[in-house]
Formats: sequence, structure tokens, C-alpha cells
Amino acid sequence: MEQKTPLYDCHVSGGGKIVPFAGYLMPVQYSGVIEEHMAVRKQAGLFDVSHMGEVIISGPDALKNVNWLFTNDFTNMTDGRVRYSPMCNEEGGIVDDLIVYRMAAERYFVVINASNRQKDVEWMKAHLIGDVSLEDISGEVAQIALQGPYSGDILRKLTKEENIPSKYYTFLDHCRVAGVECLVSQTGYTGEYGYELYCAPKDAVALWAALLEAGKESGLIPCGLGARDTLRLEAAMPLYGHEMDDSISPLETGLNFAVKMGKEDFIGKKGIESRGEPKKVRVGLKAVGRGIIREHQMVHMGEKTIGITTSGTHCPYLGGAYAMALVDIEHSAIGTLVEVDVRGRRVTAAITVLPFYKKGK
Amino acid sequence: MNIPSNLKYTKSHEWVDFVNETTVRIGLTDFAQDSLGGLVFVNLPEEGDRLSAGESLGDVESVKAVSDIYAPVTGIVSAINEELLDTPEKINEEPYGAWLVEVSEVFLEEELLNADQYEAFCKEEE
Repeated sequence: MEQKTPLYDCHVSGGGKIVPFAGYLMPVQYSGVIEEHMAVRKQAGLFDVSHMGEVIISGPDALKNVNWLFTNDFTNMTDGRVRYSPMCNEEGGIVDDLIVYRMAAERYFVVINASNRQKDVEWMKAHLIGDVSLEDISGEVAQIALQGPYSGDILRKLTKEENIPSKYYTFLDHCRVAGVECLVSQTGYTGEYGYELYCAPKDAVALWAALLEAGKESGLIPCGLGARDTLRLEAAMPLYGHEMDDSISPLETGLNFAVKMGKEDFIGKKGIESRGEPKKVRVGLKAVGRGIIREHQMVHMGEKTIGITTSGTHCPYLGGAYAMALVDIEHSAIGTLVEVDVRGRRVTAAITVLPFYKKGK
Repeated sequence: MNIPSNLKYTKSHEWVDFVNETTVRIGLTDFAQDSLGGLVFVNLPEEGDRLSAGESLGDVESVKAVSDIYAPVTGIVSAINEELLDTPEKINEEPYGAWLVEVSEVFLEEELLNADQYEAFCKEEE
């Protein structure tokens, strides 16, 4: 039985096409994936991301726990900062990827994937150490993502400048946006400049409506999960279940920047070490021949199978077929030509630099 | 939903135009293009390929998904609409103008639906 987010009725009345996703009924598109994708790249788009999970880790040993549970190092974080991290199991595989907001020295707000919420909460609870508590507040938090070059201008119509975080991966709490109390972070999953706003479920509808109204002039449109996926793929952002799963280590999938092996210990450190130098690596592929490369397609070099695709689609802004794949490290050089088996047909692709798309200044 | 009365139809949302008794052109209906969304790619067979009624002859792709095109008749591909290879969006813009393949030596394995029958079928699908 699927759940509804606080914005469900807005999606239905707004013409959103509803599909089940991670136990929720979510809009996959409104006006169309391509229009929504281009809106985010050129103007602005609005996403309901209330299905995501949120937990609070608090207490005297809160920092100890985030450093133990997650691979990144949170020691030098200050209040108001956000940090991305994988969370590993003992074998060094990835349980989930998440972002951590430092509210205070003894209070961290952690945002986890909707599809992994139950698994993550159980895992974290089972691995807590010392004087700390973990609270699953997912049901008490609604989240809206405002993404695109005009997102700052739109926010400025609804709140004071001092309530708008000026740097990427920072946040401001207890802000009044369109009269609604929010946490506002400069974060997102589109590769575009933008914000994520967290508020109480009872205020979500009002905030959604206020944002759409304020954004009308700028061309803001509501966007669904379809565009969310094409945007993140164009920006080469990994997605759990695709570029990561519980068998893949973060070093094998290009998440080295978020793994601090210098930390004394964390869950999965030994597992990662025991795997030795990564034998496979995440690469980007651009289709050179005709065809759209998609997920879970075998990557070949002549007779040899060298890897598998993890995600792939037609990217509307770049106007081509792009994919990410995990391939043997010895065949991963930029420019290498490979062949992907697309439903029985070999499509030529070139290994290409990640990300495929980077936002302009 | 546009359903021209001079064409025949299949339950898999292809339209069939009898150029003459043994030659047809095949395309996707308005219902099909509407549910598929913006098309970004089309995979067509080659001239000379043998088609078997009910089997896939190629596919169309939107950003999110791949959908098979099913042969409504048995026959041999005599022409493909090459223009669609570069501009698949024409299928969305003019579904009944954007023919995909032309088939000759046509043999009808199954009765095709007429416009009224197809319209009734579509209503049931919704």
C-alpha cells in the first residue's frame, strides 16, 4: 500500500502522472521529461522530494557516531555545513549514500534515500556507540527542491537575503519562506544551482503554491522523478541501486573524495582495505554510434566483457545518449572505444570525462 | 484522440494503411504517441527483412523507456522512413503522417480492427 506525500493532491491537480516509487505515489512527470529537464537547466524547476528519509543523531557522542557509521570525516565540520558520505557495511560495500547537516556539535540531521529508509534506520540503530540517540523523523519532514539558474531570484521574492545560504553545501535553519518555517540548504541532485527546503508536512502545500506563484515569471514549472533522473545522470551523480549497492565499495565507484581512510576506524574500513587497489572503476560513456545505452547492459572490448552499465539515458540538454558504467580499471582510459550490448545490438561508445555536464558560473 | 476512419488498427496501437492489396504502410497511433511521450530514438528494420505478424519489428524510445513496435502483418520490408531516424519527434507531431515501414508481399494473419473497433478498444484501455 503506497503512501502519499503531503503534496500528493498538488501533483494530481497539477496534472502530474502518478507512479509508485519507493513505497510512495509520486509524479514521474508533469508536462514532459524533456521540458522539465530543460526548464531546470535554463530557468527553474520544482520537485517534491518529501519521500526522502530524515533522522536526527544527537547526544554527547553524536560526532563519534557519524564518524563511525559513515566513511567521510565530520570532525572539522562547523554548524551550518552539509557533507556527503557513503555508509558502508563491514565488507566495504555501500548500504546507502546520504548527506549530513551539522545543526550543532551534538546534533546531526541526516537525509537518506527513500528506498533505503527502513534498512538504514535499522542498520544505524544496530551500530550506535556510546551516549547517543537516533530518531527517525521522516514522517515529520516535507522537502521541496527548487533547482535552476533562477532559483535564487525566486527565493528572494519569498524571504530575506539573510535566509538564503550563499555557499554550496551550507544551510540556514529557522528561516521564514513565504511565511513557512524552513531549513534552507544550497544543495540538490540536478547538477544545477539550487536549494532544498525542509518544512513541516502541514506547511508543504502552502510553500509549494507560493514557490510556483513566485516563480511564474521566471518560468518555474513543477518537475517529476523522470527529469530528476535525467538531470542527475547528466551531472554524473550516482544513484543507489545503480552506481552503488551493498557489494560495491566506494573506491570502486568514484566516491574516493568521501572516504577518509585516515580516520582511526569506521564501519567498512577494514573491508575496503582488504579489497586492495580497486580493480574496477566508474566511467562515463558517450554513445558514438546510433542507440541509447541504458542500465545493466554489458560493456565489451572486442571479444572481452569488461564491465556493465549502471545507468543510461538520452540526456536532453546535451542532446545525446550518455551512460555510466563500472569497468575493469585497465580498460578505463578516457577516449577508449567500447561496445555496449543494447538489446542484442552492439552500440559503440567512448569513455568520457565525468561529469558530462557542469553548470556555468 | 484522433482515429482516422480510412485506416486499420491493432491492439498494440499500430495503424495500417493498405497502399494496395499486398502493400501496407505502418505507423503508431495518436494514442500510442501520447502515452509514450516525447520520442527521442527509433530503431527500424532494414529493407528486405522478413516480418512475422505479432513479432517485434523494431522499437521506439522515449527518454525513460523502450517500446516495441509489433508487425501487424507478415511480409517483407520494402521501405523504411529514413527521416524518422534523425527526427523521431515527428511521430509525436504527426502520428498518421509519420509512417515507419512499408511492407510488401503482405499476408494477413489476423483480422485488423477498424476505426470504431479501435476506438472502443482504446476506451477500455483507459
